[in-house]
Order: sequence, then C-alpha cells, then structure tokens
Amino acid sequence: MANVLVFIDNPGDALKKSSLELLTLGRSLGETAVALNGELHSGVSAALAEYGVGAVFRPSAQDLDDYLVAPKAAYLAAAVAATGAGTVLLDNSPEGKEIAARLGIRLNAGVITDVVAVDADGTAHKSVLAGSYTTAAKATTPVSVLTVKANNVTPEPATAPSSPEAATIEVPADSTAAAARITERQQKTASGRPDLTDARIVVAGGRGLDGDFGPVEQLADALGAAVGASRAATDAGWISHDAQVGQTGKTVSPQLYISVGISGAIQQKAGMQTAKVIVAVNKDAESPVFEIADFGIIGDLFDVLPQATEEIKKRKG
Amino acid sequence: MKIIVLVKHVPDAQFDRHLNGEGYTTDRDESILSELDEYALEAALQLAEARGGSKAGNQVIALSMGPAGAVNAVKKSLQMGATEGVHLTDDALAGSDAAATSLALAAAIRHLGAGAPVDLVLTGMASTDGETSLVPAQLAERLSLPQVTFASSLEVDGGRLTARRDADTYSETVEASLPAVVSVTDQINEPRYPNFKGIIAAKRKSITTLSLQDIGVDPSQVGRAGSWTTVTSAEERPPRTAGTIITDEGDAGIRLVDFLAAQKLL
Repeated sequence: MANVLVFIDNPGDALKKSSLELLTLGRSLGETAVALNGELHSGVSAALAEYGVGAVFRPSAQDLDDYLVAPKAAYLAAAVAATGAGTVLLDNSPEGKEIAARLGIRLNAGVITDVVAVDADGTAHKSVLAGSYTTAAKATTPVSVLTVKANNVTPEPATAPSSPEAATIEVPADSTAAAARITERQQKTASGRPDLTDARIVVAGGRGLDGDFGPVEQLADALGAAVGASRAATDAGWISHDAQVGQTGKTVSPQLYISVGISGAIQQKAGMQTAKVIVAVNKDAESPVFEIADFGIIGDLFDVLPQATEEIKKRKG
Repeated sequence: MKIIVLVKHVPDAQFDRHLNGEGYTTDRDESILSELDEYALEAALQLAEARGGSKAGNQVIALSMGPAGAVNAVKKSLQMGATEGVHLTDDALAGSDAAATSLALAAAIRHLGAGAPVDLVLTGMASTDGETSLVPAQLAERLSLPQVTFASSLEVDGGRLTARRDADTYSETVEASLPAVVSVTDQINEPRYPNFKGIIAAKRKSITTLSLQDIGVDPSQVGRAGSWTTVTSAEERPPRTAGTIITDEGDAGIRLVDFLAAQKLL
C-alpha cells in the first residue's frame, strides 16, 4: 500500500519538472502512487517507473476537465481511500490549491499550501506574510494534503526503477452535480518564455519603463527568464495582467530576481523577499529597493539593460 | 437577489506584519478591509444595482468573521453600499485554519439563508494575510454548491451565472447554476470609494452580531481546537541587507553580467 499519493493533472507527452519534484519529495516520505488525470503517454509511463512509482491510478470518467475542480477533488478522495495514503501532494498552482481545498473537506484532512520542504514526520515548511516569516506547520489529521511550490526539490530518479501497477478509480457519480461547467476554453498565444511562477530567473519591470517593456523582454530572453511586472505597469496596460508579481499577482521565489524601474514600496519588496539573489536597476538612488538588493545599479535602465543583454549574448557565444 | 459578501479585516500590508502569541496568529493592529474583498463587494453592488437596488428587494450582506476589530471591515462595506452587515465573532474562533473558518462561515451562511435563500456568496480571490485562497473552495464543498473561482467577469441571468477566468495559458468561460460561491480577481471592476452620502447612510444601517451559539456551531469545531493544521514554529526572516550598490559610469551593464557570472547565474 502506498502511503504518499501524488496528483498529476494532464501531463501531456512528458512530465513537467514540478511533477518530477513532487515524485522525488513523495519518495522521501514513503512509497508513492500517482493519481493521474488525462492521457497516459509512454514517455510519462517511463518517467513514473524511473521515479519509482508503485501504482498509477486513472479516473473512470473522462470528462473531469469539463468542470471546475470539484470532480477532480472527488476522484482524488476516492484514490486516497483506495490506497490508504496518509499524504497527498499536489502542485501549488491556483487549481492545485483548490483541489486540495475541497479534498481536505472531503477527507477531514488538514491542508497546507505554499510548502517548500517536508520533514520525514510530515512537518511542512513555508513562508508567510509575503516572505517575512518562515513557519513550520503540521496537519493534525490522519491524512495531510500539501501543495508544494516548484523549484524547491531537485528531481532525482529512484535508485531502481519500478513497474507501476495500473488501476482505475471510480469517480463518484454525483461529483459533477454541483460543479461549474467550462463552456469555452481559449488557448492564449504562448510567449515561449518560462512560466512566471516556476521560473528560475525573473526580470520584472515597473513604472520606470515608461511603457516600453522591450529592454526587459530582451534581457529576459538572453537569460532564459520569465518577465514580470509591478502592479503600476500592469494597471497602465503596458503588459498583460498575467505578468503581475506581488500581493495581488503571482508569488515568485526564483534564484534570481532582477527588478527594473521598480521603486520597491513595501508591498513590492514583499513580492521579491524570497528570491535568492536580487538585482535592482533604478535611476533614483533613494529607491527602497536598494535596501534589499544584493547588487544595485543607480542608472538609466535604457542604457544598462541593452548593454547587459549584449554582453550576455557575447559571453554565451 | 440575496448576496453575501465575505469581507476580512486584515493587517495593512503597507506596514510590517507580525505573528505572535500561542499558535503564532497574525497581529491584527493596523488592520483594514482586505483590498481584494473590495472587488467582491463592488461586484455584488453592481449586480444588486442592475436589478433595481435595495428598493427592489436586493440585499448585499457583508459578513465578516473575526475579533472585535473585524466589525470595521463590515462598517467600511456598509459605507460602500452594502445593505446589511453581519459580524460573526466568538472567542472560540481565534486561531481557526481555513477548514475551521469555512465551517463557521458555512454555518453563518446557512443561518442567514434561513428566511429567504441566499443566491450568491462572493469573496475576494484570497485574503491578503493568510493568502491561501482555500476558503472559497472549502465553503463551496461544505455547502455542496458550485464554485467559480478567480472570476474576472461575472454575469447573472435568472438562475444561472456566467463568468470568465484567465489562467496563464488559456482563458475560459464557465457556467453554473445559483446558488453558487464565486471568488473574483482584481480585474473584475474598479471598487468605488465610500462617498459622504454613503458614510452618513452607513450610520443608520444595523450590524447584526452572531455568536457560535447563534449559528449552531460547537466551540470545539473551530479555533485552534477545531483546526486540522497547527503551526509548530514561526521565525521572522532576517531582514535582507543591502549589497553592492554602484552608479552607472557607462559600464554598469557589463558589471551586472560580471556579478551574475560570479554568482553562477548565467
């Protein structure tokens, strides 16, 4: 019997890095099983074996994606009952958190979000109040449901591959009765840049860009980074709201955060607290962002950024 | 329509925020109505106004759970235009996690729906203190209602709602039947400021105080006793200190790349 259940939603042809991280973390806590939604392609099957997964479950219903989260939570609750798992791991996306939320109620289980590490005894570590505290928390219930932030575990295959058993989990028939139905879904044009939430490097622009995100985007592309923005920049319509970092936007904790033309008022500073290294470029020497930057440049971003971009391209050959 | 808007009194993010006491709960001095809840309230007011407002029997009830100070979130909501205010308060609620919070709120919503049923429960996308965004989904699960989260637009026609949601890689349209629990993002509208008339009118509106006994919840089901998670330690992150600050003398871009290379970040 597996004691850790990892939920993987629509992996497509290959597992995302964040899924490999969940499998690696799961293995450190016990024997892992995967509850999958969507097609199981051969590449994914192979990766699950490589990561030592003991069993792979799939739902009896094919239409879980037609509804908002409720039937996925019902499926996962049934999978927990079938495996007797004591820990459920999901990714920390908005949808992952909501599935976790509903699953918690279905299982009378404590839910902890934004987890960055889990001890062997189930104690989960996270940071709260926009990175100003680090806390340890534990579910006091037989089952604990944890949503884990990306980029905090190094994916490692198991020492010996497994041959996962396959099984189908019956999705409760009433799980779609009180669920919102998705009637239309439009794919957005892909930017080709990494996802902001999971990115290792983020280059974020603010008011100082004065409407021109070009220099930020070019530097981001040279570094293979995601592009972020302050609320002032998204409210001004200079860039899509999806790019907003901070209190009302996305929480990021990359290896490197480059803040460009952002003054660093307290909420903005809070949004970058947990980045490992912070670089700031701003014309105004008095900007609060310089109080927390590991490397700060007082200067005109329209000079500094293009020069840095060229230099990176040169060095990367 | 009868709309309940959940409003939370949270520490103002303009100031440093602290955890303290048993259970490491948030220090609620310097608290305000959670900014993200203003969008939910505005959405409710617009839905009610489009249907003839309070004269036509539309109710917008601002419900806040929390200690004495939380009544301020209700007062601000009344100033913005909510028709009624409800403050759920009880010492036993202190330290409730999302599960215990959703249990108490679900009971309060059932209580408020006892006469005329509730059509819609509106919330912000997350609180700006706990930031978990678990409560709307847990509330929907407890009330066996459809949930629509992160709505960036919301229309109600008869007994159905249509909302738009924007994720990173796609945007979608969703439909649900009423009653439902809906959380909205800061993209849905531009919340109004309370005007003088609203502030005066709010003084005449009543705020109902509810205790756990009123809503039929046993104290052991909420608070730290009824929570399914416990915080075992909390440490204030050491403040970040300033590193090297340089002034551009024509080579700052190159020095930036030198720094990145030295940090092995290229």
